Amino acid sequence: MFIIPFVWLVRSSLMNLSQIFTMPPEWIPAPFQWSNFQRALTALPFDTFFKNTLIIVVTVLVGTVITSTIGAFGFSRIQWKGRDTVFAILMTSMMLPAAVTMIPSFLGWQALGFYDTLYPLIIPAYFGGGIFNIFLLRQFYLTIPRDFDEAAFVDGASYWQIYTRIIFPLSRSAVIVVALFSFLASWNDFMGPLIYLKSDSLFTLALGLQMFQGSYTAQWDLLMAASATVVLPCVIVFLAGQRYFLEGITLTGLKG
Amino acid sequence: MRKGMFYGLLFTAPAILGFAVFTLGPMIASLVLSLTDYNVFKAHTSFTGLDHYIRLFSGEDELFYQSLGATFYFVVLRVPAVIILSFAVALLLNLNVKGRAIFRTIIYLPSIVPAVASAMIWMWLLNPDLGLINSLLSRLHLPTSGWLYSEESVIPSVVLTTLWGIGSTVIIFLAGLSGIPRQYYEAIEVDGGGWFHRLRHVTIPMVTPTIFFNTIMTIIGSFQVFNEAYILTQGGPNNKSLFYVFYLWRTGFRDADMGYASALAWILFVIILFFTVIVFRTSKSWVYYEGGERS
Repeated sequence: MFIIPFVWLVRSSLMNLSQIFTMPPEWIPAPFQWSNFQRALTALPFDTFFKNTLIIVVTVLVGTVITSTIGAFGFSRIQWKGRDTVFAILMTSMMLPAAVTMIPSFLGWQALGFYDTLYPLIIPAYFGGGIFNIFLLRQFYLTIPRDFDEAAFVDGASYWQIYTRIIFPLSRSAVIVVALFSFLASWNDFMGPLIYLKSDSLFTLALGLQMFQGSYTAQWDLLMAASATVVLPCVIVFLAGQRYFLEGITLTGLKG
Repeated sequence: MRKGMFYGLLFTAPAILGFAVFTLGPMIASLVLSLTDYNVFKAHTSFTGLDHYIRLFSGEDELFYQSLGATFYFVVLRVPAVIILSFAVALLLNLNVKGRAIFRTIIYLPSIVPAVASAMIWMWLLNPDLGLINSLLSRLHLPTSGWLYSEESVIPSVVLTTLWGIGSTVIIFLAGLSGIPRQYYEAIEVDGGGWFHRLRHVTIPMVTPTIFFNTIMTIIGSFQVFNEAYILTQGGPNNKSLFYVFYLWRTGFRDADMGYASALAWILFVIILFFTVIVFRTSKSWVYYEGGERS
């Protein structure tokens, strides 16, 4: 049930049109139409789309990991007055529909002259990296024994040193989960690029694919080849990190 | 600890600043905008007070009711379907069978597929003339459907395509199931209770906090359906799948009517808040926390 659409995607991406439409459907392409990929990917500047997507994904990932781990540290390993209240207030942004902030955010970026640039898609990652990620990391940090920092404190370590030398290295698997989430979220993001980008030269893969759909409506072989190309990196990244992924979610899912 | 306040604020400053700039500020601005007739195509912006809200509720804007209706229909259909299906799948995956990790991966994989690609696959599968699903149905001599192209079936079809992505809900259910202490099952077994007894008297009560969490998240997510409307149906046929956020996006970004769209956004916020609060309120009577009520 869950795998059939994938199989259908892959087989369709490797067939020519007449084979695709054969009834009853055939499952094995004969011969494999590898040229579909070449034709699909050269029909539109997918290399540019890929480059743009990569720029966004990498810079967002770096920003998210840095600021969400720092934030989670401040919300779990440092005692300060009002800490938990502030955290609870920040948590409410998870409940807020994105639609409410969409228009003023757009107008703000436009006023700053950043409409039709990649900045609106990147900069927010450097401001906390999303409360969900902070929540996830905070849950993890809270499970690390307090004695670790106490001992380091006695030895004269600063908060920064405790974060970089103790907490960050100990939370490797949670950080990997956050990095994976960040990768998938920005790779898959459709609405953000749709709102902020106008020039084709800045389009991401998700937008490019949608554009491709508009102009190649009946070319199902090419549409499937292009779709498979956009899906593939996600599947590879997921398979590479899935051990942490499933573990990380299970660990931090609800308990707390 | 020394200077806790200073360092605490320093480490959390990016997050707090981000909240102020990207959530709180836009939220207030959106409320203010909704009281004006701000439109990119118009030279002057004036304060219109509650005009947008009055226009919306007076019945003048038919598309508002259309999109509200389509979205409610979607939510009512999708939320129970997602919860029941993902709970059933999680129960199956929680059994001690070989290759469990592989099955979990297979279930989770679709939810990482970009929405555009997933929409493309489903458009192809559901194509009324050429798609796999209709061709299988007709070979089995079962009635076929127009799926996304027929007014009656468009919303159920969109629900169907989103069910492919229940992976993360399933994983959260699995986390809940794995937290049930074994001795509860052993107690039932001693009493001679069967599979159904265990499900009814142990599993379901013990996962009610997870059901609660997943229900809230699914409600919030379903009200905000957008990608499917944009990519799969463009709101059609005949506005039958004109989902609320799609209508909002169209009003704000295609028609540049940003004041009006901000009013639409605030109404959605209130609706989502209303349903979230209702689920929270009713939760007292059906959500079971081990060791009594949690704050």
